[in-house]
Amino acid sequence: MEIGLTHYLVLSTVLFSIGLLGVMRRKNLLMLFFATEILLNAVNVGFAAISHYYNDLTGQMFAFFIIAIAASEVAVGLGLLIAWYKRHGNINLDAMSSMRG
Amino acid sequence: MELYLYIALFSPLVGALFAGLFGASPKTLLTGVVNSSLLFASFLSSAVLLGYVLNGQTVHVEMMQWIAAGNLYIPFGFVVDQVSVTMMMVVTTVSTVVHVYSIGYMDHDKGFNRFFSYLSAFVFSMMVLVMSDNFAGLFIGWEGVGLCSWLLIGFWYHKESATWAANEAFIMNRIADLGMLIGIFLVYWNTGSLQYDKAFAVMPTLDNITLMYIGVFLFIGAMGKSAQFPLHTWLADAMEGPTPVSALIHAATMVTAGVYLVVRANPLYHMIPEMGLFIASLGAFVAMFAATMALVNRDMKRIIAYSTLSQLGYMFVAAGLGAYWVALFHLMAHAFFKALLFLGAGNVMHAMDGELDPFKMGGLRKSMKWTFIMMTLASVALAGIYPLAGFFSKDAILEVGFVEHHYVIYTVLLLTAGMTAFYSFRLVALIFHGEERYKVFGFHPHEAYKFVLIAMSPLAILAVIAGSFKSTYFDMVTKILPNTEYHIHSEVTEWTMIIGTQLFVILAIFFAYKKYINFKGENKEFEKRLVYKVLINQYYIPYFYEEYITKPYRELSTVFWKKVDMKVVDATVDCIANGIYKAGENTRDMQNGNLSSMLRWMVAGTVILLSLAVAFGLAVRYADEISAVLSGLGA
Repeated sequence: MEIGLTHYLVLSTVLFSIGLLGVMRRKNLLMLFFATEILLNAVNVGFAAISHYYNDLTGQMFAFFIIAIAASEVAVGLGLLIAWYKRHGNINLDAMSSMRG
Repeated sequence: MELYLYIALFSPLVGALFAGLFGASPKTLLTGVVNSSLLFASFLSSAVLLGYVLNGQTVHVEMMQWIAAGNLYIPFGFVVDQVSVTMMMVVTTVSTVVHVYSIGYMDHDKGFNRFFSYLSAFVFSMMVLVMSDNFAGLFIGWEGVGLCSWLLIGFWYHKESATWAANEAFIMNRIADLGMLIGIFLVYWNTGSLQYDKAFAVMPTLDNITLMYIGVFLFIGAMGKSAQFPLHTWLADAMEGPTPVSALIHAATMVTAGVYLVVRANPLYHMIPEMGLFIASLGAFVAMFAATMALVNRDMKRIIAYSTLSQLGYMFVAAGLGAYWVALFHLMAHAFFKALLFLGAGNVMHAMDGELDPFKMGGLRKSMKWTFIMMTLASVALAGIYPLAGFFSKDAILEVGFVEHHYVIYTVLLLTAGMTAFYSFRLVALIFHGEERYKVFGFHPHEAYKFVLIAMSPLAILAVIAGSFKSTYFDMVTKILPNTEYHIHSEVTEWTMIIGTQLFVILAIFFAYKKYINFKGENKEFEKRLVYKVLINQYYIPYFYEEYITKPYRELSTVFWKKVDMKVVDATVDCIANGIYKAGENTRDMQNGNLSSMLRWMVAGTVILLSLAVAFGLAVRYADEISAVLSGLGA
């Protein structure tokens, strides 16, 4: 059986769903970051597969952009996370309620 | 001449606004003096205009455009012609007298300034009513006098009976005004104009049924304002207002507006003689009906009010039979002596600390000589004794009935003339003659202020001499009204009638004097009789209205309030409000500030938007198939 575009897209969808579930269910901020990374990389898989399928490098270029953005996001996010942990001693999402309306 | 017209029209308005400025402050003599002077200015201007009209000219101005939309054009136009100048003279004369009189009468009242404001506003509305050259302006004045009448009847608003009477008058008049409004609509609908001259010029081309409808609806309005049966009950109750108000509004001016309307619309009523006959019959009926109630009543002002009602009936008889100038002449003469009678009654009321029952008075002629003379004069004029005003006008109406061969109406009016004489002199005898019964009640009667008596004197003079204007008046007013002269052909018949009527009336006066001059106490035997009970209860008509109209209406309203308003309308509104409130209550958790649940909502939103995008994308792709299916459904 040859591995084709469909398999890559299914993989991407499965990864995206896992990431989405993670975003919805996780209460730990660090795990939330992992979930968002999964989301972004699910998209990257899709981009790379379609780029290869069409012989168009634009998709792979986008994937690189997304990797760069994800890296910078995690850098900022982790910084904030550490700062939060130092102040409050936990990284539980439910405890972050200072924005409560 | 336009200047005089504007002065005559607007100086009462200026007075009303001026006095209104001091409405809430305690009595200032200034308002009384200023308003009376402004009214006097209005009177002088009217007199100048009268002189102008007597020379055969009329004034017609269009002050400004009021409503101009499509084919509808209604200006604020005013006309001074032979008919309106008569009304203007009556209104300004009586109102000037009443204003000066009120300075004395309302002397100790807290609402002195407010009273003058209302009174002048009334005169302004009345002037608009009589001077307007179109039905719309007439209607504005018509409603204006209704409003002022309401304000003034309920002037002593802390009295429950006064506010009740004010509301009764207002509501009854609104019922009639609806008829009037429909009449005005019909006029516009069928003639395309509300201007008197244009509308009446088109009317001969209309068919009889349409004219009949217009005539009937306009007359319903007149019935309300002039308190004709069955809308008459408000007039007697309106006597709750201060006496000058009764004299000005509910005797001399406003209640005669209905007669004025019929006279003004004479080209219309001329074309529908059946309606005219109905008006005359109703008038004759009311004349007698009201006079019988006046025979036994024990309230001085109500007796005079019923007398007014009865005299309005006379006017409608004349107007209905086509003798418009006679109606207008009686209107004028009646305004003078009836206002005088009311003002005299006001003096008596003051002397008696507000007591209205003539059975508790008696012998007042010693302490109130001038009031006695004036009230007697007014009563003689009202009874129609030669050579006072009432003789000329009332006798003319009787002659009209006779000449037009309506002998039933003639007989009714003749009998009523006897009753009029009887109740007028019953009142005079009870108040001014006989024993001084008031002493038991501890009253200390005193004559009114001198300036009040002087203010009343013009009316007394007019009540005596107004009859001598008859031929001049006839020459003037018949330039625009039908100039039928009513002469009985045989001289013997004529003299027999005049002398017979006079004798009948004088006999009635003597009978009244004989019966009441040595009045000792109430006749208990008589009071048990059915006739007395029916009359003192006003034929049970107010009772009937209360029992069979007011109460069922009230119950119906309660049902509608509890069943329809509370359970349907309110419930619907509450339901909508509660729904929104509950939706807010239930969705506030969305905004709980928890990052995790916000993320969940975000995902849900993304899913919804994505599915929508997919759905629309599919819909666009298969648009042709979908429309084919839909058209298949439709076909």
